[in-house]
Amino acid sequence: MELKEKGGQRAGGAPARPINRTGAFARLRSALRHPGSFLVLVLVLAAALFTVSMLLFIIWHIVSNGIAFLKPSLFEFTYNSINVSLFPALVTTFYATALALAVSAPVGILCAVYLVEYAKRGSRAVEAVRLATETLSGIPSIVYGLFGMLFFVTALGWGYSLLAGTLTLSIMILPLIVRSTEEALLSVPDSYREASFGLGAGRLRTVFAIVLPSAAPGILAGVILSIGRIVGETAALIYTAGTVAQIPPDVFASGRTLAIHMYVLSNEGLYTGQSYATAVVLLGVVFLLNALSGLAAKKLTKG
Amino acid sequence: MAAEEKIGINDLNLWYGKFQALKNVNLSIPEKEIMAFIGPSGCGKSTLLKTLNRMNDLVDGCKITGEVLLDGEDIYYNMDTSLLRKRVGMVFQKPNPFPMSIFDNIAFGPRTHGIRNRADLATIVEDSLRRAAIWDEVKDRLRSSALGLSGGQQQRLCIARALSVDPDVLLMDEPTSALDPISTSRIEDLTQELKKRYTIVIVTHNMQQATRISDRTAFFLMGEIVECGRTETLFSTPQDKRTEDYITGRFG
Repeated sequence: MELKEKGGQRAGGAPARPINRTGAFARLRSALRHPGSFLVLVLVLAAALFTVSMLLFIIWHIVSNGIAFLKPSLFEFTYNSINVSLFPALVTTFYATALALAVSAPVGILCAVYLVEYAKRGSRAVEAVRLATETLSGIPSIVYGLFGMLFFVTALGWGYSLLAGTLTLSIMILPLIVRSTEEALLSVPDSYREASFGLGAGRLRTVFAIVLPSAAPGILAGVILSIGRIVGETAALIYTAGTVAQIPPDVFASGRTLAIHMYVLSNEGLYTGQSYATAVVLLGVVFLLNALSGLAAKKLTKG
Repeated sequence: MAAEEKIGINDLNLWYGKFQALKNVNLSIPEKEIMAFIGPSGCGKSTLLKTLNRMNDLVDGCKITGEVLLDGEDIYYNMDTSLLRKRVGMVFQKPNPFPMSIFDNIAFGPRTHGIRNRADLATIVEDSLRRAAIWDEVKDRLRSSALGLSGGQQQRLCIARALSVDPDVLLMDEPTSALDPISTSRIEDLTQELKKRYTIVIVTHNMQQATRISDRTAFFLMGEIVECGRTETLFSTPQDKRTEDYITGRFG
């Protein structure tokens, strides 16, 4: 307090100049004195600028090309070759996401619970499962697509169907969910587990009442990443869910997601503008999901 | 010995893998007194504490021989660990409240043991918080997160949480080592109140703390109990040379 007053007096009534700020001139002098660190500063700034501008350029490119084609006819309930409506694809995207998550989220989360909470740390079973998930996450999605076609579509005789597509997708995102849940569970402090055991709670109660709720934001982050992959996936779906532009009446019918819809439109080459418009909607969906998940994570960490 | 024996430890040996952490430990802990375990780091005092509510069961490669009796019953023979830990509560070195509301922190224990009725839970929560001398500070914010409390308050909350399942014995593993002097002194005062109802075993690095609060002290060295006796006697006229060296600060 005393010091502050002194500083004020020295400046003669005017607000004291902060002594912990570096002026542009001082910065320039320091840059000349340390050219190496100045160069690094320029490089990291350039890298950051490049990344942001690429993203902005892509968004601008898509939006500027697609916005003119974003007409109400694009959202008509049924698709035909005149309106090339993306509405069925939008609905199919939500179906596919929900179904794939309904399968892989419980399986993946429970698998991670086994690895972290039940299996002995460093045991052979854990190593085997870890190796499997790592290998699975490195496989290109077209390989999943071909597997899905050979197994679900042909061997099980389901044909091109929503079910074959979503099961293929759920196998594909399983490793992602397992890994992120594992990380989230490992980051829960052991002191929570100790406290719970110390009160006489068993492993089951400790896991479900204490550990999983504490890990929820991290688990959710993994689920969000998976949603991103599902929404953007084409290769694994073309040969499993097929490309019929309809809202699938049941899980054994074919349907195309937004990404596939885009792929088909640009492949035909007749509706490039509508394809861009679809990309705008796809971007919107992704932003929406990100915002929602951010909100959900905030809510979970608060409670 | 005037007081009734609460916990009896006979010929206890404990290994972590090949390392023997406790050697032939024999100890009798009387009811409704405070027993302090002192000794240098790694001497086995916390390890012994954790055998008293079988928390060592969770450690891989831990092998135990001998017996631990609680009210004459062998806790390693035919006893449900959940019920054992209900009778023998534990407070840890670092305050470790769950990331949930103050109310839910305290209610977790009773809920674990099957109490669901809201009115009963509310009574238990209030009683436990009162006994841990923190009720007045938190009664208006039972619904807010326990992580918003100060370190000292969190530790008293953890004591209240341990009391919520109505234990007979309270194990405290260096409960004040992470706290400031004022919070420490509040917890020390609290132990004097608590020993009227509970048997307390406390591990401490702080010899002054042992003299301030405990009735009996056991001195540990390299996994063995060197000396055990009434606290005033042990600190004023130690029988063993090693005890004398330790309490006069020549090592440790």
